[in-house]
Amino acid sequence: MTDQADEQVSNGPIIQIEEMHKWYGQFHVLRDINLVVKRGERFVICGPSGSGKSTLIRCINRLEEHQQGRIVVDGTELTNDLKNIEIIRREVGMVFQHFNLFPHLTILDNLTLAPIWVRKMPKSEAVEVAMGYLERVKIPEQASKYPGQLSGGQQQRVAIARALCMNPKIMLFDEPTSALDPEMIKEVLDVMIELAQEGMTMLCVTHEMGFAKTVANEVIFMDEGQIVEKAEPETFFNHPKSERTKQFLSQILSH
Amino acid sequence: MAADRFEPHPELAPPAMTIGVVGWLRQNLFSSVASSVLTLLALYLLYLVIPPLIQWAIVNANWFGANRDDCTGGGACWVFIAKRLHQFIYGFYPEAERWRVNLTFGLLVVLMVPLFIRAFPKKVWLGVFLLFGYPVLAFFLLYGGFGLERIATDQWGGLMLTLVLSAVGMVASLPLGILLALGRRSSMPIVRTFCVAFIELWRGVPLITVLFMSSVMLPLFLPEGVTLDKLLRALIGITLFESAYMAEVVRGGLQAIPGGQYEAAKALGLSFWKSMSLIVMPQALKLVIPGIVNTFIALFKDTTLVIIIGLFDLLGAVEAAIKDPNWLGYAIEGYVFAALVFWVFCYGMSRYSQALERQLSTGHTR
Repeated sequence: MTDQADEQVSNGPIIQIEEMHKWYGQFHVLRDINLVVKRGERFVICGPSGSGKSTLIRCINRLEEHQQGRIVVDGTELTNDLKNIEIIRREVGMVFQHFNLFPHLTILDNLTLAPIWVRKMPKSEAVEVAMGYLERVKIPEQASKYPGQLSGGQQQRVAIARALCMNPKIMLFDEPTSALDPEMIKEVLDVMIELAQEGMTMLCVTHEMGFAKTVANEVIFMDEGQIVEKAEPETFFNHPKSERTKQFLSQILSH
Repeated sequence: MAADRFEPHPELAPPAMTIGVVGWLRQNLFSSVASSVLTLLALYLLYLVIPPLIQWAIVNANWFGANRDDCTGGGACWVFIAKRLHQFIYGFYPEAERWRVNLTFGLLVVLMVPLFIRAFPKKVWLGVFLLFGYPVLAFFLLYGGFGLERIATDQWGGLMLTLVLSAVGMVASLPLGILLALGRRSSMPIVRTFCVAFIELWRGVPLITVLFMSSVMLPLFLPEGVTLDKLLRALIGITLFESAYMAEVVRGGLQAIPGGQYEAAKALGLSFWKSMSLIVMPQALKLVIPGIVNTFIALFKDTTLVIIIGLFDLLGAVEAAIKDPNWLGYAIEGYVFAALVFWVFCYGMSRYSQALERQLSTGHTR
């Protein structure tokens, strides 16, 4: 955990979403989303497929465009201004379901590419930073290999390290364990839990309810493009308010 | 067999009939009655073709001499090729200045050798020089200037002209094709429309028409007194024509790159041009190496069409030599020679592309 005092000082909102709507053509995917995330908070977003949870977090770094309402990230509002978008993307790391490592580059090059080309970091420094993060995700010995030579769990850990190399203020996780074989889920979750304990601001779309219980400050349940329920994990799992949430929980917790 | 203890089975050699020469023959040439019949038929065809060919091209051929009277063997008259070789290579380039052509292409070979050596240091800078510095140097060496005698382009010819046309065509059409491919996939309607129109226009007309237009019609549109060099017009025509094909090859590669790659690049804060040049293009171009080289090979052979606008490339020089009254009747030798030279270059490109694919493979198959 970071210093308690430090956390107090920087405890303002880092993501503000106000009355945000999004459409795909005629289809209304996100409806009246209001969400405030404070520095150091960890949100887990769950919901049935097609509920708009991935779309929501992809709006935060403008991989998807919203048509109405406001999204302010770290004091910068997301508009069509490319400059703002690039500034925000530098501060927001993202981890994808399918890792999306760059297959033509070695693991080390995957990690150093953005710091060198976006942050203009000298190469030697970027390598140092990258090796530090590779050690944190416990695969420094794979640095000179290519992504295709690694297991899914290792690739996802590399993807997390790649995002961390940019020293982001916020990390977005889009179903980071959904494409993994069961025996590899734990190694990825362990890295994420460690990250949460260090005080990283995290938004995580996942169905790993154990993870939600361990690290989340708030669990958000979405359905049909709306935030149905938002509560602390204890309340969310034991005393859900809405019928829809209860039904969803009974489906995913029954097996 | 007792099942309570694990006994390692002794290692045995495979049956003799399945390995070695006998095994290979059985598997590949005589695996069934039909394939045996086809094998024998193919052998018979080879017997019909190969021995006479060797007789004509080597055994009965004449290699040395001064004129057609020395061709007495009844086979190929390679004397004709030997006597005209300089013309086939240099066209009408003045004899005293041919060292410049040799230097230009010799330099190219020397500069390119390190590119084939995997561990050569600073290869990138060499590549940059080859792409941007060398063409300028080659231009002054071949055309003249800076104290070198000026050799007008209508004196260029033969293999040298073929190489100039195809090298410029390749080097210029690839970047242009990449830009057109990106433009065609752009979300900006004006850029996209322009690129689609450009590609479809140039792809829709035969190269021969393009060359003809560049030579006959273009001067009509240029203002009085302005003349564009004929070779330059041909070069522009070939480049624009081939870039349309190249654009479609590159677009094929772009379409094979998963959307996640673009998203990951964006999410890291890379700008459009950085994500294209660092992430997307290296992967897309690697995927379409066979297609790019295919287009290059087609371009190399298409350069022979410049004969219709009065430029004498290798094939043009051969055809001119065939019509020389002193050497009438030796057309076959001329065409065989031209075909052989073209084949050597095309096969070389093909082998290089295969080596490149192997070298760039990073063991990922998705």
